[in-house]
Amino acid sequence: MKAINTEHLTKYYGSKRGIVDVSLSVDKGDFFGFIGPNGAGKSTTIRTLLGLISPTSGSATVLGKDIVKDKTEILSLVGYMPSEASFYGGMKVKDLIAFSAKMRGIDCSVEAKKLCDRLELDMSRRVNELSFGNRKKVSIVCALQHSPELYILDEPTSGLDPLMQREFYSILRERNEKGATVFLSSHVLSEVARYCKSAAVIRDGGILVSDRVEKLGHTGVKRVCLRCTQELPDIKGAKDIKRENDSINFLYSGDIKLLIQELCNISFEDINITDPDLEEVFMHYYVKEEN
Amino acid sequence: MVLFFHELRRNRTSLIIWTSVISFMLAVCVFIYPEMKGQMNEMTDMFADMGNLTAAFGMDELNFGEFMGYFGLECGELLGLGGVIFAALLGISALSKEEKDRTAEFLLTHPVSRVSITLYKLLSVLVQIFILNIAVACVTFISVAAVGEDADTKTMLLLFLAYFLLQIEIGCITFGLSAFMRRGGVGIGLGLGIMTYFINIIANLTEALEPLKYLTPFSYAEGSYIVNNCAFEWKYMIVGAVAMAVCLVLGFIKYNRKDIA
Repeated sequence: MKAINTEHLTKYYGSKRGIVDVSLSVDKGDFFGFIGPNGAGKSTTIRTLLGLISPTSGSATVLGKDIVKDKTEILSLVGYMPSEASFYGGMKVKDLIAFSAKMRGIDCSVEAKKLCDRLELDMSRRVNELSFGNRKKVSIVCALQHSPELYILDEPTSGLDPLMQREFYSILRERNEKGATVFLSSHVLSEVARYCKSAAVIRDGGILVSDRVEKLGHTGVKRVCLRCTQELPDIKGAKDIKRENDSINFLYSGDIKLLIQELCNISFEDINITDPDLEEVFMHYYVKEEN
Repeated sequence: MVLFFHELRRNRTSLIIWTSVISFMLAVCVFIYPEMKGQMNEMTDMFADMGNLTAAFGMDELNFGEFMGYFGLECGELLGLGGVIFAALLGISALSKEEKDRTAEFLLTHPVSRVSITLYKLLSVLVQIFILNIAVACVTFISVAAVGEDADTKTMLLLFLAYFLLQIEIGCITFGLSAFMRRGGVGIGLGLGIMTYFINIIANLTEALEPLKYLTPFSYAEGSYIVNNCAFEWKYMIVGAVAMAVCLVLGFIKYNRKDIA
């Protein structure tokens, strides 16, 4: 059984595109990063999985349950954290967290207290007086206090300071090691590269790639750095060519031998061929291809 | 049930304010009656000369010389209009406020079905209207006993019941509408409440406009009719009940399918 499985999931808001034909599969126990630029469809996908919006076509299951028919059941197994949380004004942090637990029909005040301590969240304050980062922490506690099987987190770290981000990820790792699945969206490429086991890239409403993070790094694409003053000949497979003073920098995908042959025709002082780092791979998907 | 009590707690202040204001105003009306009684006969004559306008407020059929006549009119103005505005605001914001304040996402990602959420919210609206009416009725009966006026208990109860049903109807209709709103809709709720009040006044003006009475719940909560006949006008009430049921059903269906942005 998959933690999340979507098949040709499509959502249009009237005629406006949300997501188109999204087929995504997340294994149980995975730590999955869902990345893409603003407006790519990350939140639309997540909101559809949680039944906040209904799909135009396609289907999806969460923990083996259908997102349309078994909505309530799914919600009881999932901890969700929205990208921008708003709460009932005037309520105290501890009352809000307790309300969230009671709506789930469970008492997890001990766990809530532990989480608040770790995140340094003052439970006696009123939610409407909190800063963006502190509201985010309230959201985290509401999503984590009932120790669900699956965590669906929409841009969880935006607004958190670096120390808190680290603490948050270490909590998630602990939960993940105990068997829970983590699915988080982000546009911070480095954090996905650092913490996630698998990742998918979404752009313009469609999934571009989805794989294990280590495999995503071995794309057969090389970053080539040449030190030379000559113009680069037209090499097939060279992309993203940038000239900077006396060096040329480009991405190459294709047969390495052909590249070497082409480069024999020009003179250069030095050459450096490396695997691009993961961030660069993601960036490559981010930026629209010219043709 | 958690949500039901949560709703009541969140609306506590507004309920207390509305209940106190309406009770206080009605009590004042009752307490000043003995002073005004002497002048009432002159007033009745004066009102009789005002033609259609008296009919508009049902004053042609009420005898101000008697306490029940006076009370029927005052009750209509205060509890009728005040209660309807309270009910309309409560109903229209019940579901839409969650989206306006962006709390819908938080609420609806808890494992409670949309139908249950709608039911608990509806229940909280009905209970709040009930509390307001019970409190207002109690304060009024105590005031009447305090001034020692001769009041017909059965008619008074019927009047209170009529205004309660009127508020329930408006509360349910606006509740149904609130499922269709995204940005609050306080203006629509308020407008609807006040509009039904004025439709009734206009319908009272001439015979030709009488069919308009089917459009407003104020038609069955007409103080003059209830005081004089000690009964309701059922034909208007049935139309109201149907309108209420239709709005509620549509609201439930809509909210169950709504995309929460």
